[in-house]
Amino acid sequence: MTMTAYRHLEVSQVGDVSVVRFLDRKIVEDVNIQELGQEMFRLVEADGRERLLLDFSTVDFLSSAALGKLITLDKKMKAHGGALKLAGIRPEIYEVFAITKLNRLFDIRRDEAEALAAF
Amino acid sequence: MPTSNQNWTWQCDRVIANDAVLGRRLLDDLLGQLETLHWSRREIFGVHLAVDEALVNAIHHGNADDTAKRVQFSARVCPTKVHIEIVDEGPGFDPDRLPDPTAPERLGCPGGRGVLLMRAFMSHVEFRDRGSRVVLEKERSM
Repeated sequence: MTMTAYRHLEVSQVGDVSVVRFLDRKIVEDVNIQELGQEMFRLVEADGRERLLLDFSTVDFLSSAALGKLITLDKKMKAHGGALKLAGIRPEIYEVFAITKLNRLFDIRRDEAEALAAF
Repeated sequence: MPTSNQNWTWQCDRVIANDAVLGRRLLDDLLGQLETLHWSRREIFGVHLAVDEALVNAIHHGNADDTAKRVQFSARVCPTKVHIEIVDEGPGFDPDRLPDPTAPERLGCPGGRGVLLMRAFMSHVEFRDRGSRVVLEKERSM
């Protein structure tokens, strides 16, 4: 596995699961979302990580453009035979997933510990 | 803008370049007003999301990222209500003909959720002038 430096993500390894935390509390700016998307895709395509846990506990806000990046990441993970889980989503943001029914597309767990146990 | 005799405590009427950074500065000013009036975190989140989506629609879809075009932003705030109007210079669109982004066959599409989220988080959403003017209102839950 190649280790890469990230501007918008903090990546740590727990067993065979890559735990990804977000450095931006608000994921809104167009440039940031594009860069964030590229960094998340690199986790799969360049680094070859097969088990990803995205921990949103530091994120206060995200827009629908960020949801689009998560959907694309999910597709890339599935294409590579990997598994993606989301955790630590605050209630307001979870409401966004529920309204858009993306809570059916993603495996969303309450917190990091619960998500790690579910891999 | 609204013609009612609502006692607005803050108002903003600006025409900005077609730039999301400029739009978000106005949005930050608006959210600051709601924080000052102690609106709840959920309500401020909802206004943030809806106005952000409306600005993105105006700049990227309505004005097609054309830097020669402008966006008109108007907002009114009082302790119990917020009213926002955003106007672009594009050809408009028919909001009733947007596909349902929650349909199973569209769930994996990366875009197309902005209007759904505006409607979910605001009390009233209306598209005027063939869709190039969006009116967003939120009543505070007391």
